[in-house]
Amino acid sequence: MSLSNEQVGHVARLARIALTEAETEATRRKLDGIFGLIEQMQAVDTTGVEPMSHPQELATRLREDAVIETDRRAAFQAIAPQTEAGLYLVPKVIE
Amino acid sequence: MINASLKTLRAALDARQISSVELATLFLDRIQAANPALNAFITVDRDGALAAARAADERIAAGQAGPLTGIPLAHKDLFCTEGVLTTCGSRMLANFVSPYDAHVVAQLKAAGAVCLGKTNMDEFAMGSSNENSWYGPARNPWNTAKVPGGSSGGSAAAVAARLAPIATGTDTGGSVRQPAALTGITGIKPTYGVVSRYGMIAYASSLDQGGAFAASAEDCAPLLSAMAGFDPRDSTSLERPAEDYARLLAAPAGDKPLAGLRIGLPREFFGPGMADDVRAAVEAALAHYRALGAITVDVDLPNARLAIPAYYVIAPAEASSNLSRFDGVRYGHRAAEYGDLNDMYCKSRAEGFGEEVKRRILVGTYVLSHGYYDAYYLQAQKLRRLIAEDFRAAFAQCDLIAGPTSPTTAWGIGEKTDDPVQMYLSDIYTIAVNLAGLPGLSQPCGFGADGLPVGLQLIGDYFSEASLLNAAHRYQQATDWHLRRPEGAA
Repeated sequence: MSLSNEQVGHVARLARIALTEAETEATRRKLDGIFGLIEQMQAVDTTGVEPMSHPQELATRLREDAVIETDRRAAFQAIAPQTEAGLYLVPKVIE
Repeated sequence: MINASLKTLRAALDARQISSVELATLFLDRIQAANPALNAFITVDRDGALAAARAADERIAAGQAGPLTGIPLAHKDLFCTEGVLTTCGSRMLANFVSPYDAHVVAQLKAAGAVCLGKTNMDEFAMGSSNENSWYGPARNPWNTAKVPGGSSGGSAAAVAARLAPIATGTDTGGSVRQPAALTGITGIKPTYGVVSRYGMIAYASSLDQGGAFAASAEDCAPLLSAMAGFDPRDSTSLERPAEDYARLLAAPAGDKPLAGLRIGLPREFFGPGMADDVRAAVEAALAHYRALGAITVDVDLPNARLAIPAYYVIAPAEASSNLSRFDGVRYGHRAAEYGDLNDMYCKSRAEGFGEEVKRRILVGTYVLSHGYYDAYYLQAQKLRRLIAEDFRAAFAQCDLIAGPTSPTTAWGIGEKTDDPVQMYLSDIYTIAVNLAGLPGLSQPCGFGADGLPVGLQLIGDYFSEASLLNAAHRYQQATDWHLRRPEGAA
């Protein structure tokens, strides 16, 4: 399989990673190598095999609906790039 | 004291031959002297270590010491440590002072262990050589032109150079076992679910598992015992009673301590691809295991060759989802200049993540994208099942599986950085274990032609950690590979 630069650009947009044109080309070449490795999977007939998503096939554990954490907003916001009045600041999204 | 076993350190602390403060100072001074050459630590926490050591000394004086009270250790820099920088080897978290402790960190604090600092690693644990660290590569203490392995390369280098007697790591595709092998120490990754992932910065959640590094299996055991245990904050933490992983080690050795132990040798792990010097050391170790009473039997893991391709779908897929949290909003890097919100995300992530992390996010995004899911992600999960079933069948014929940990000894820094696929193939013997969720261990078993350490991998059935450590310990009672030290650490 060979990816196009357009495909790489599309995936990068989906992943929210800015790539320059030069980076797109360099990335495409490395991804081609990686997908060459991954393609080995396609030679195996896995008809009827149940996919395994997890090593321990556990049911999701339930817990009491009780408060277990204390309010640590100040500590958690102290490490944020930009906050004000308890809110995280980002560029305006609604005009 | 630098080379002492935990048993010796415990006795010295309890007899007040040395205080925990003195012991911590000894190791902190070694770190200060050796770290410029090794780059094993990203952060050294002298003040925190000395405060913890003073508290440990009080506990020892009060007669309340546990196995690890006053023992210095290092944490891989992906375990969150409250009030201490936690970078995960990334520029993205270069300013992240964690507001909370990982479960593992809290457990070790409660045990009275003294954290010296945070060790270097491949960014977000993605790598096999420690060269993907934003903070520069950690170096192999046996030869500083060589890699220490990865991703927990800093922890392994620190223990190998005796900058810390024990250290934590994590293993998603071999990141404890492979660096242990390449630096000549012992490292164990337990069964998936044994060590809580709470506060362990996520890479691939269905594979990530905390593990322990020490010179010997005997020293790994108490560290693993302290790290393990049920934690309701990790939805995949297993509700099992606490275990003492050292419980089998005290039995008298005798002539044939491993009498009757059936060791399976997967044909697939002994084919072409393994370097001659690694093969020679591994074969010699197996002969030694037989001399200790073990029986070796051939087994098959026919789908093991598919472990690398399956892993490089599953792990990037999980990573692309896990790493979406790094958006420059709540913590971590935010670009200095940006336009709208989307531009802020794209630039912050482009600047914050290194090349390999970006590549894996892109691979993961692609394989999960519309129209490709069945061909990649679902197919990889089906292969994962086949690989796990191979192990199940093999364990019907043997008690544990042995083979090489890594196909070669440590390679040169820069040797494989241009070719991600060559780097990926270096984990050929370790990855299947993570896909199945089994416990695995690496222990030193000799040296290669270049004078660099070779590791023997032992793989056990689910929850067989105590038996794995016991087998490794019996070998270490009869050999001295685990006592060999690089220059400067003797």
